[in-house]
Amino acid sequence: MTAIKRFLPGWLPSYAVLYLLFLYLPVIFLPIFSINTAATPKFPLSGVTLHWYEDLPHTPALIDATWNSLMVGVSASILSTVLGILAARSITRYRYPGRRAINGLIMAPLVLPEVIVAISMLLVMLQLGLSLSLFTVVLGHVLVCIPYSMTVLTSGFEGFDRSLEEASADLGESAFGTFRRVTLPMVAPAIISSLLVCFTISLDEFIIAFFLTGTEATLPIYIWGQLRFAAKLPGVLALGTLLLFASFVLMTTAEILRRRAARRTQNEGGLHA
Amino acid sequence: MLERVQSQSDRTMIEIRDVTRSYGSFKALDNASLAIREGEFFSLLGPSGCGKTTLLRMIAGFDAPTSGSIAVDGQPMDGIPANRRPTNMVFQSYAIFPHLNVEQNVAYGLKRLKLDAGEERRRVEEALVQVSLTGLGKRRATELSGGQRQRVALARALVMRPKVLLLDEPLSALDKKLREQMQVELRRLQQAVGITFVLVTHDQYEALAMSDRIAVMFGGRIAQVASPKEIYQRPVNRQVADFLGGMNFVKAEIVEENGASLVLDTLGFGRVRTDKPKAFVRNGGAATLGIRPERLRVLWDNATAKFEVAGKVVERHYFGEITHLIVEIPGLEKPLSVTETNDFGADDIPVGAPIRLAYDPEALVAMAD
Repeated sequence: MTAIKRFLPGWLPSYAVLYLLFLYLPVIFLPIFSINTAATPKFPLSGVTLHWYEDLPHTPALIDATWNSLMVGVSASILSTVLGILAARSITRYRYPGRRAINGLIMAPLVLPEVIVAISMLLVMLQLGLSLSLFTVVLGHVLVCIPYSMTVLTSGFEGFDRSLEEASADLGESAFGTFRRVTLPMVAPAIISSLLVCFTISLDEFIIAFFLTGTEATLPIYIWGQLRFAAKLPGVLALGTLLLFASFVLMTTAEILRRRAARRTQNEGGLHA
Repeated sequence: MLERVQSQSDRTMIEIRDVTRSYGSFKALDNASLAIREGEFFSLLGPSGCGKTTLLRMIAGFDAPTSGSIAVDGQPMDGIPANRRPTNMVFQSYAIFPHLNVEQNVAYGLKRLKLDAGEERRRVEEALVQVSLTGLGKRRATELSGGQRQRVALARALVMRPKVLLLDEPLSALDKKLREQMQVELRRLQQAVGITFVLVTHDQYEALAMSDRIAVMFGGRIAQVASPKEIYQRPVNRQVADFLGGMNFVKAEIVEENGASLVLDTLGFGRVRTDKPKAFVRNGGAATLGIRPERLRVLWDNATAKFEVAGKVVERHYFGEITHLIVEIPGLEKPLSVTETNDFGADDIPVGAPIRLAYDPEALVAMAD
């Protein structure tokens, strides 16, 4: 016991550093190699260039894929946020039998193997006679986005003090006015945060899109297709860097908004006397 | 004690008639009737679950009676939603809108009145002055202390110039010192604005210190409605007496009963004649005689009193400014509680010492069994 106690404190920081390196080193290589003049990702860098980035807007297939991704992302994020709002409101506001079970089932796609989910959805879509298109991708993405949407929204709605809505009514405001002046401004950050999270998930999602799309590629599918050509690798790295950056910004914004929403809804009232 | 500045009228502001609120078979409020006067500081006092908050919420319009009716200023309130009632409420959690600053919170209800900008600003400013929050108008709600939040909640309600201000345990979240300070301020404020205040509280001292009248409630029923002094000195039954501080209960036999007085025989206090309580309903030959611990005074040395009981000190508890003595009296099945100020050394009375206690027969209260 004491040996472990003596041993651990010295090594824990090193472990933490190694752990973070393992997590983020590959991610750091991406932007580094994306500005390399040579097409092969190899140290030392042969020179620095933004050439690969400049090429991106001149690739029609990439432009198409970007549009597809944006459309899917926007639709999926709006749909899953609307559904998430309903579910989160119900779960945080009301008490009914099966509430926990329902919550669990909604969150389950988070841990289901995505390949299996994708195949099952493909089978269902085909059974329903839906032809594969971006629309089916949206449906698939809604399924995987809702758990994230729910997480963000329940933390925003949790502890929403009912007396705030009562206070508004007490001060003469109508039900609609109360929704507009109290409820909506208070939950808006959580809703925006949910939209951003879902959009990011959808933007980066590959497996479900791969199975459920028809002929139209989303960005991850486009990248997957490009990997067959060694010469295209730097372009992929440049695109990947941009996606990485966009995801990072979106997720950070979403998290800031989520925290603000959670802080707002907690009416600390008398607790901080 | 604060004396009333303006005289309250005898006009009824809130009329509660035979109000019952049931949840299934449980009656949160059971056939309650009450008339609250204009300009009165009225408290609903009782333990949790006695129905006081239910009653307050029904006056505010957040809940509706299962049967019975509520009228405010002569207007029946049946079917009138909270946003169209001439009442405003200070919530227990204060319910300050966290996305708005102090001014915006206070102006919240005024926005619907569509006042011109100058008038609105003037009323907000006036309300902030009333609750001593001048200069904090731009503060965000999240940057306020508990006491300040409560003042915002008050200002936000008062700015609407309601006919009735409802307060749901407004001081329960504050620490003791701030709570006592706010009691005085609330009372002063009520007298300054002259609005009818209805306070819900489970704190008997709060109710006693602030109210013109108190309704004591138990289990959905109103047990007694009277002034603080009368409630404290002349409780209608043991439950009320017990809830409003300590009380010694002594078994008594009714010897004589007429319209205004009772003659009781007790073992410790002998034969006593007392006022008959208004709601006294005789239940056989037995009754209970009560006396508050502070109405029993220690007789020192050879001092004598016209009315006294003798016994032996069995316990002594020191409380700083007072000492609490437990005194066994021959013939009484339960020892008496006595609180005595420490001016003359009550904290030095040895346990086991013989002791004589003086009392004023006026302090004896008869209660139905």
